[in-house]
Amino acid sequence: MREKELAAFLQQYKGRPLKLMEVCGTHTSALYRTGLRQLLPETITLVSGPGCPVCVTPTSYIDKLVEYAFTPGCQVMTFGDMLAVPGSKMSLAEARDQGGAADFFYSPEEMLEKAKAQPETTFFLAAVGFETTAPVWATVIKMAADNNIKNLKFLTALKTMPQALSFLCSKGRIDGFLCPGHVAVITGSEPFEKLAEAYGETMVIGGFSQPQLLRAMVRLVLESGKGHAGLWNEYPSVVKREGNAAAQKMVDEIFEAGDAVWRGIGLLPGSGLYLKEKYKEFDAGSRGLNEDRIPPGCLCSRIVLGDALPTQCPHFGKRCTPEHPVGACMVSSEGTCCITYREGGTT
Amino acid sequence: MKIALRHGAGGEETSQLIHDIFASHFQNEILNKMEDAAVLPKIDGAPVFTSDSFVVEPLFFPGGDIGKLSVCGTVNDLACMGAKPLYLTASFILETGLETETLEKVVASMAATAEEAGVKIVAGDTKVVEGNGGVYINTAGIGVRPAACNISAANLKAGDAIILTGTLGDHHATILTQRLQMETSLQSDCAPLNHMVQAVLDAGVDVHAIRDITRGGLATVATELAEASGCRINLEEEKLPVNEAVKGLSGILGLDPLTMGNEGKMLMAVPHSEAEKVLAILQSTKYGKDAVVAGEVTEGTGVYLLTALGSYRKVLPLRGEGLPRIC
Repeated sequence: MREKELAAFLQQYKGRPLKLMEVCGTHTSALYRTGLRQLLPETITLVSGPGCPVCVTPTSYIDKLVEYAFTPGCQVMTFGDMLAVPGSKMSLAEARDQGGAADFFYSPEEMLEKAKAQPETTFFLAAVGFETTAPVWATVIKMAADNNIKNLKFLTALKTMPQALSFLCSKGRIDGFLCPGHVAVITGSEPFEKLAEAYGETMVIGGFSQPQLLRAMVRLVLESGKGHAGLWNEYPSVVKREGNAAAQKMVDEIFEAGDAVWRGIGLLPGSGLYLKEKYKEFDAGSRGLNEDRIPPGCLCSRIVLGDALPTQCPHFGKRCTPEHPVGACMVSSEGTCCITYREGGTT
Repeated sequence: MKIALRHGAGGEETSQLIHDIFASHFQNEILNKMEDAAVLPKIDGAPVFTSDSFVVEPLFFPGGDIGKLSVCGTVNDLACMGAKPLYLTASFILETGLETETLEKVVASMAATAEEAGVKIVAGDTKVVEGNGGVYINTAGIGVRPAACNISAANLKAGDAIILTGTLGDHHATILTQRLQMETSLQSDCAPLNHMVQAVLDAGVDVHAIRDITRGGLATVATELAEASGCRINLEEEKLPVNEAVKGLSGILGLDPLTMGNEGKMLMAVPHSEAEKVLAILQSTKYGKDAVVAGEVTEGTGVYLLTALGSYRKVLPLRGEGLPRIC
């Protein structure tokens, strides 16, 4: 069977030791779920990158949301994962327990109706995500503007991948990157191609199902094992070179690039998306949320760069658990610490 | 007519509501006496007693409604202990603004499900609170099982076969698509499973444990059983039955069918030597057609999934609220 043969290739890899990074949190999760990670030999170290939006959100962003949650007449709404992310004083979930107004939505679009139905409440939406989620936010903001819904405000922490990848490449500690397939659907493969060329890196764009992941990982191990630089698109069914033009146009209409702080990495110029002047009445003060207080001892910042493994953190599994996260990587179901903690003991 | 606070005040309107809706649908010789409490005939065997509350939103969904659910939930909990369900109580908390026609539809559905399961609703209560037309139901149930029966979550034995009585995640996926207002072919699997269990027990099978796969899904249920019994459960990914529509939906929303709930499926642990026999019996019943052997019990701890690639991954119980991922 073809898939079993590919799996056996990975299992029996005996080439030079490789440190590979899966950039996207969904890949981190899928690599465990499919059992692919568990197959890898000791010669291949897989580290997780900064591709979980929850994990790279700085504390000042959470603090701002908490502040809104306690403001009379205001209601904070987020994706579910965001509720438990620790701020400098408390998380939104803790704010809710203390009487703050914070809740989650399944999809941002549902907030349009909700805002119309409750005109007396101002809803503050936590607009986090990468290139994949930005078009959704752009659509919602456009619809809010077109329908004159004034009680929807957006605190954006939208980030773009190439700048973070460029930062990682410049460190030169990773032998190959499994690039985020969902992001590439929107951006196209071209930005990754440029990075691979500029830094002489091995990069493979991969999908998320078991056969897609298997193909991408085999390609990554084959090419990085031989030290070949370049970009391989192993998700060609949906990733085109030029990406999704309609989504890019939508994002360009609403957002412009600006500097953004990534938790653990610091400020990356031009890596954030902020509302353009034309839509500024919808902005809840998203710019300049640059303060990021990492709790003492927390290794999140090194973990999202692939410099440390979750198990090397002194808090891991002790003070920091999915129930009581200290660092952001322990919060999301796609955060590397959370996954490592929960998957512990894969025999 | 809409339910108002006066319907729960214990006066004439309460009596009228009980008479018109509850008593007319839940007819039986015990309830009809309208005493303060039901007097039950002597039970021959070990009485088994449980209670469950139902707060589902929306009240009506493809394949069921809160009424059907409230009977199935308690009936199935009794069946999981190897008990034959006999009597239920039904308590309602109604919100003002609820249409009496809606309530009557719920009550009629409860009556029909109780009839199918062969249980009598023998007592009940109604309260009204201010609200927006919601309904909350609590049912408690009494069943009976032979004194010698020792079906228990703590009774798994290394070597047992793990049988699933059907596809995973159907109810959870149906409710989710209703909330998201998605048009799909999905149907909740909500069903009373006591006759299916009885068929297996009547064949003299030494069933070790049964759990209905409700909230938290198979992952959570299997983890509870493994912990209670001090064993390890190995499930096989390629054998897990999941409906294509559920697979699609869970893929889109980032959910895992292993942690999605059902309301008409069970996990059974039986000695390996009896697995084929049990499978044949289950597959001949109305709600067990898709039954499969999906794993085994071994020495050790935890629940593991043998992936299609041949590696084992740890299966984790549901954490939090089972939310879709954010990107």
